[in-house]
Amino acid sequence: MREIKYEDIVKAVRDHIIYSGTNLSKDALAALNKAYEEEESPVCKEVLKQLLENADIAANEARPLCQDTGLAVFFVKVGEDLKVIGGTLKDAINEGTRKGYEEGYFRASTCVWNTRANLKDEIGYNLPAIIHFDLVAGDELEIEYAAKGGGSENVSRATVLPPAAGREGIVNFVKEVVSNAGPNPCPPIIVGVGIGGTFEKAAISSKHALFRTVGTTNEDATLEDMEEELMLKLNNLGIGAMGMGGRETVLGVHIEANPCHIASLPVSVNVQCHSSRHTSFKL
Amino acid sequence: MSKTYHLTTPLSDEDVVQLKVGDIVYLSGIIYTARDAAHKKLIDLMDEGKELPFDVKGSVIYFVGPTPPKPGDPIGSAGPTTSYRMDSYSPRLINEMGQKGMIGKGKRNQEVIDACVKSKAIYFGATGGAGALLARQIKSAEVIAYPELGPEAIRRLEVVDFPLTVVNDTYGDDLYKIGRAKYEIKD
Repeated sequence: MREIKYEDIVKAVRDHIIYSGTNLSKDALAALNKAYEEEESPVCKEVLKQLLENADIAANEARPLCQDTGLAVFFVKVGEDLKVIGGTLKDAINEGTRKGYEEGYFRASTCVWNTRANLKDEIGYNLPAIIHFDLVAGDELEIEYAAKGGGSENVSRATVLPPAAGREGIVNFVKEVVSNAGPNPCPPIIVGVGIGGTFEKAAISSKHALFRTVGTTNEDATLEDMEEELMLKLNNLGIGAMGMGGRETVLGVHIEANPCHIASLPVSVNVQCHSSRHTSFKL
Repeated sequence: MSKTYHLTTPLSDEDVVQLKVGDIVYLSGIIYTARDAAHKKLIDLMDEGKELPFDVKGSVIYFVGPTPPKPGDPIGSAGPTTSYRMDSYSPRLINEMGQKGMIGKGKRNQEVIDACVKSKAIYFGATGGAGALLARQIKSAEVIAYPELGPEAIRRLEVVDFPLTVVNDTYGDDLYKIGRAKYEIKD
């Protein structure tokens, strides 16, 4: 049984939150650069130029890339032969989140669902974090983190299609979601698609798909083909950067698929804005 | 072809009627921040016939909830939030109180577009996710109402050459529709 200290997890989570909130991830930066080079629309090219400048300023001055520093979302793989000393793993991740958001001068964006009162004054800074745990073999701790903003989350949708809808039904649903979203989620966007499983499994898969490195291809040939088709169709919508009309609407389409019930075809589309703040690390 | 303008608040009818969708505006002067929670309070004050915490006539309201400032800075990162959440409030501020400009990102509904035509106001888009860049154009910030709302409090900002694009003008046009139609490729 390997032991890991509570405070080491807190510090790692804190540091990664601050770094990724102020330094745009390399994959998103490369994708934005490519979009800037290839964009034909002058107004969208100017927007993309501002986004690249913004990334420079944020990194050089250690400022949040965006004022919406999001809710903290984690996917955590916990080795069954690992033990946390000095506290629980969940508490450590929440404490690291609190410190990261507070000490990074990030915005506390968590509120009570009905009164809308900010939870900063009740249970801490931007808590609770959204944490998805998975138990795995071995003695390692692997943490994937992303800051998830509200604008892109607000346009995300899930449904359960009839199995007969098939691949075409999925493609049309994704297209409908992105088309209806238009300028609102801060395009150019990354589109996470979760297929199969149950209703909530599809939604969680669509979230996890956003954590994949932009610019990588899917290991599954069928899904890779669907991703390419969707990239083309979504960029053809003409939405462009910040919705002002242009060619570069989507930086990446990432699909995760699961086996599902013989009666169902769940599909979820989770949208990430261009400010894709994500990272992963092992402890 | 889009034109570039340098304007200073408060804005007049003459300032706004010259603007067309797609034009670039560098805005200077005093602007006020408010998101949906603050808008609701402003509308409640109007319903009660009370005075609003700032002079809305000719004003520009920026839909933003900034990050906390670092020590020595006037404000933290401060890019626009999605504007549709203000759609049920903006028309009354425009039609009844003379608000002349809104800064945000994303689509507005027909009521807002109609108010922009009827009472001559502009919806400006700022670049979402460029919070660090936009904060550089904000020279001072002061909370003037509803501090309990935290990032959603109403702030008085002094801005210099704040970069904006005209999304909805006083002629009923919508850059999101026009721009997209120009680049859309049908299946």
